Amino acid sequence: MSAEQHAPSATEYIQHHLINLSSPQTTGGAYNFWTFHLDTFWVALILGFVFVALFGLVARRVSVDKPTKFQLFIELIVELVDNHVKEIFHGKSKLIAPLALTVFVWIVLMNAMDFLPVDLLPLLGQKVGLHYLRVVPTADINQGLAMSLSVIILSILLGIQAKGAGGFIKEFFTAPFHAEGMGMKIVLMPVNAAMQCIEYGSRGLSLALRLVGNMFAGELVFMLIALLPWWGQLIPGSAWAIFHILIVVLQAYIFMMLTIVYCSLAVEEH
Amino acid sequence: MEHVALIANVQQFTVLAIGLMIGLAGVGAAIGVALVGAKFLEGAARQPESAAALQPKLFVIAGLVDAIFIITVAVALMFAFGNPLLGMVK
Repeated sequence: MSAEQHAPSATEYIQHHLINLSSPQTTGGAYNFWTFHLDTFWVALILGFVFVALFGLVARRVSVDKPTKFQLFIELIVELVDNHVKEIFHGKSKLIAPLALTVFVWIVLMNAMDFLPVDLLPLLGQKVGLHYLRVVPTADINQGLAMSLSVIILSILLGIQAKGAGGFIKEFFTAPFHAEGMGMKIVLMPVNAAMQCIEYGSRGLSLALRLVGNMFAGELVFMLIALLPWWGQLIPGSAWAIFHILIVVLQAYIFMMLTIVYCSLAVEEH
Repeated sequence: MEHVALIANVQQFTVLAIGLMIGLAGVGAAIGVALVGAKFLEGAARQPESAAALQPKLFVIAGLVDAIFIITVAVALMFAFGNPLLGMVK
């Protein structure tokens, strides 16, 4: 990638951009379980702190008489999330609204890393000795699966909290198929358990894949545009960036909505 | 020589597979989004007062339908630029 080497071919360029800065560093292909993606972790962590700092600052300097425009903007986001939570979630939990807000803003921030020029941060990283860098944490399947797993585990815990451990286990073996007699109940137990496992698994997988697939494809299209000659980049680049603004916000919104829906499904009685 | 022919064979089928993946997923997503949009317009025309309530739901469902297409494109592009099947030939 540096200037003194030969110019990379299109495939080499893209393959280079798809390798995470990881510990121990791999160059694609050979992964082992303990490969840790440093870039995903640090970018996500920094953006999480950006979110907390921004919202904390506004909350601390909140003013009723003279709200700044930024305060109004933050209030707009908080109210949007709060309204959705009130609409969908009927249980009693003080956790859901902050969780939904965090999920939404954090994912928007992480997705928005796509709007930085694809080569900007990798080139800067090259200057300080980081040879691989992927700046969009949500384009990494590990980040998506980590978030969706957290949501699924949280929804299970909320279910246990709402119905008690006994009620949760009873539902695990008696829903979705109900039966009358004792014999049929026992016959249906493994079927129900399998169905519930499939349900939780497919929820988590589809939640993660939807976000990661969108971001990964968006990132790849930006890379393909970056391969065009310089005079041909402006129009497709700006067109895709404008379309991508919609996708970035929409995917974060969908992730937030589904988080609320899964949590409310967990606490509802059947 | 046989090895080269084997790689070419894999690449040839991968190209076909990529075309099928993107094409079929595109057809499906297009039909799906079109149905969602048509029903939304129908509903909005019948009850204009509910259009504002339906619009965010329209975007959510369009996003859900679109996601399958986008995931397919991502997998197809992965096959195009870093074909894992080629590793099996060696």
